[in-house]
Amino acid sequence: MNYCNLITIFAFINLLVSIPHGYSNYVETKAGQFFSSGHTNNWAVLVCTSRFWFNYRHVANTLSVYRSVKRLGIPDSHIVLMLADDMACNYRNPKPATVFSHKNMELNVYGDDVEVDYRGYEVTVENFLRVLTGRLPPSTPRSKRLLSDDRSNILIYLTGHGGNGFLKFQDSEEISNMELADAFEQMWQKRRYNELLFIIDTCQGASMYERFYSPNLMALASSQVGEDSLSHQPDLGIGVHLMDKYTFYLLEFLEEVHPASQANMNDLFKVCPQSQCVSTPGHRTDLFQRDPGSVLITDFFGSVRKVEITKDTINLTSPVEPPIKRSGSSDIQIESLTYVDQLPVAEIIHQKPKQKDWHPPDGFILGLWTLILLVFFQTYGIKHLKHIF
Amino acid sequence: MAALQLEKQRGRYAALAIAAVVIVVGIPLWWKTTETYRAWLPFSEISELDSLQLQLSVDIEVVFSRGTLTPEQQKKFPLSHVNEKEHQVDAKTGLRYKYETRYRTATIMEEDALNQPTAAEADLSLHMLSESSCGSVVVYVIPESSTLLPEDVKVYVGQRRTALLRSPPFKTSWNLKEVLSNLDVEVEQVVSTMSFGHQDIVAALSNRVRMTKVTKESMADSMRAIKSSPGYEITFSLLNPDPKSHSLHWDIEGAVQSYIQPLLNKLAPIANFSVDSQILYYAVLGVNPRFDNSVSAYTLSADSLSHVINPVEARLGSNAASSNPVLNFLLYVPDAHHSPLFIRDHSKRKVPSNAFHSPRWGGIMVYNVNEMYGPEAERPVDININMAKVMGVFLAQLRLMLGVQHTHPPTGFVLQSPGSAGLADWELDRLLWSRSVENIATASTTITSLAQLLDQIGNIVINDNIAQQVSSAVTSLQSAVAELEAGNLAFALQYSREAILASERAFFDPSLLHLLYFPDDQKFAIYIPLFLPMCVPIVLSLLKIVSEAKKRRADKQAKSD
Repeated sequence: MNYCNLITIFAFINLLVSIPHGYSNYVETKAGQFFSSGHTNNWAVLVCTSRFWFNYRHVANTLSVYRSVKRLGIPDSHIVLMLADDMACNYRNPKPATVFSHKNMELNVYGDDVEVDYRGYEVTVENFLRVLTGRLPPSTPRSKRLLSDDRSNILIYLTGHGGNGFLKFQDSEEISNMELADAFEQMWQKRRYNELLFIIDTCQGASMYERFYSPNLMALASSQVGEDSLSHQPDLGIGVHLMDKYTFYLLEFLEEVHPASQANMNDLFKVCPQSQCVSTPGHRTDLFQRDPGSVLITDFFGSVRKVEITKDTINLTSPVEPPIKRSGSSDIQIESLTYVDQLPVAEIIHQKPKQKDWHPPDGFILGLWTLILLVFFQTYGIKHLKHIF
Repeated sequence: MAALQLEKQRGRYAALAIAAVVIVVGIPLWWKTTETYRAWLPFSEISELDSLQLQLSVDIEVVFSRGTLTPEQQKKFPLSHVNEKEHQVDAKTGLRYKYETRYRTATIMEEDALNQPTAAEADLSLHMLSESSCGSVVVYVIPESSTLLPEDVKVYVGQRRTALLRSPPFKTSWNLKEVLSNLDVEVEQVVSTMSFGHQDIVAALSNRVRMTKVTKESMADSMRAIKSSPGYEITFSLLNPDPKSHSLHWDIEGAVQSYIQPLLNKLAPIANFSVDSQILYYAVLGVNPRFDNSVSAYTLSADSLSHVINPVEARLGSNAASSNPVLNFLLYVPDAHHSPLFIRDHSKRKVPSNAFHSPRWGGIMVYNVNEMYGPEAERPVDININMAKVMGVFLAQLRLMLGVQHTHPPTGFVLQSPGSAGLADWELDRLLWSRSVENIATASTTITSLAQLLDQIGNIVINDNIAQQVSSAVTSLQSAVAELEAGNLAFALQYSREAILASERAFFDPSLLHLLYFPDDQKFAIYIPLFLPMCVPIVLSLLKIVSEAKKRRADKQAKSD
């Protein structure tokens, strides 16, 4: 009995001693894991491509992802939000200044501090590709640019109406999967991303990631080719469908993620199985270097900074010099500032019409005239020419 | 009958004439008016640049002071020797390191300088004598028994480009070759600390080369240092969460002028810097510090530090005018209820600097003011912040952010602290080496991928300004590579900067969006409805002419038979 007691006590003491050691190991591995992902900052490009009131759910989709991404830490300066239409201030919105994501108006995803970078008709395929590739005119402000570097993880979320191999923008143009793949390749050539997560919630969404060929891309889609993505629930008070099924369950999943959570991509792939979503969500990880099980959700959706303790300091001994006084400041006349003439009326009134360069008639006109001449000769024959001329 | 024949003849001539006009005049006119303007690009030179063979030359001078060598061994001086090492990084990138070493004995004035009591003073007086060029290294070999360096110190690296090396034991019977080969190992160690190491150069090539085998340390180094950019913005922010208790005064202008500006002036060849500052009131950290009874202070553990930055960053202003990367340095003065606040590292020890930094973002320092006033002081208390202490920390963090690598010198090395200039000359040289290589690598990949893009999409318009930028980038790149080969580091950096500016401007030109130019199938879709109705009658009539001519010939044959 004594020996038994002794052994139990011994084992207990051993356990007590090893627990703090195990904890410090855990801390070490967590610290080591910080450097395993290879990124130092996070960006998000969230795009809603449909307009009109009945596409309320697409705006709500994008705003839900925006809300989650902000909550998990990515600041507005690192988010490019493109909304093709304004639902919150739409005339048909019975609850102005709100965009709800759940029926019974439980969650207002519009909130107080939404910063939309591209609004309304600015959301075009051209602007989207310009943002991705960085080929923006020099006058574009910082908030409209994607200033990522080779250590940025970027989350790209697209939603709207799509088909097999294309996504419709603004009901008037489309972006094809080849163009998207080429844009990502351009980004890779310039090392504008470290890793990229591409999520798309449209009908036949899986066709959009079929053509990717650049490395370090992971893609998720809400439905396979040939399937439609369905919307979730209508709200009888607002009168439209509020969210799409896939993004609704994605939002539910993300609400449980907090900045220190260890949930990984395999959990994200399980979001919205066919029983809930009716369509089959798909994903593509063959271009991705790391194993998806080791990729944290916060690697893309949040912004967990890598932090190091500053160990060395520099000993500064010289005293602070007083700042250089600007000499003769009293003598310099500050010229009074005026506004530039906003509408130079005088110039407009007396403007001469601009000389337009002469261009030779283009192909269409030439073809048309040739056709007319041909028909003319066919019907009348050359011998009648002298009657005309 | 004859009239009909004549009509038919006329019809045939008309059809032939129209076909002739369409083919001879119409098609070239259409081709000319719809071709895109593509300025000439030096495609052949760009494809040459695709495979990069860099040669880096370092000038090393090894000076032997009195007492290190016997007169026998010294007879052959001055002597020079070239050492070359080649590394093939990957299929398209090759590196060659050329070390040109010159050996000589010390002059009388140098001997006097080396006679100073301490190494620091010796270093100072050696500087007065000569100025070494950018990128070169001078090593003074002092006798083994010299008291200039402390016992266990083998090498002392000074503030400029000189190092003092304690000579390894030589036998007097050795000839010069043996002496030099013995010394080579030591000199190589010194040079790799003061100039560049292979790992640093390979890390600088990371834009070109896919990094598969990197050590964890070098990956951490490459993640910490900010990428090469034409300009940087540095923002100093003072966070005061409790203006009711503390009224803070900081002389940021004077501090920047005295402490930060000398460093930025020295770094002027690398990039442009713009400095600004701001004060934020009622800004809180995102984490609640815990009260530690053992030190009766509040503590922030190392794990919670990563969550501190995000809520603060959302409120920081920044200069919206430029797209340069921003480095933020925050000074946080804890509020009266949570003072004093200390940061603990992973092993729960107090951090002496009370500061932490995040790679490529900036640093945060916590400044405790609770000791500066007693409980009876009238609120708000006027507090003057000791800028020397604060700037000491920020300067160290700034050096890390900018890539002045935290060299882990080998044992026995002592590096003199850089002092008021903030940066030793040899540290600047290290930075110049890695920046030049990085700029050259980035510019060459940009140009080659741009050329590939323009080649692939045959109908993108190449404007004159793009062609000019590309040509100037190519010439700057070639000059930069040539200057690196010759060993002129300053010129190499300058050319590499021009190359990268020109290549970025060409690559990111807004007109190069391939979306704006029509792919071939869309072109067919546009032209067919226009030209097909016109071409069908012409082709049909030509066919009819040919078939009639054939029939006539067949008839003639039949008639003649």
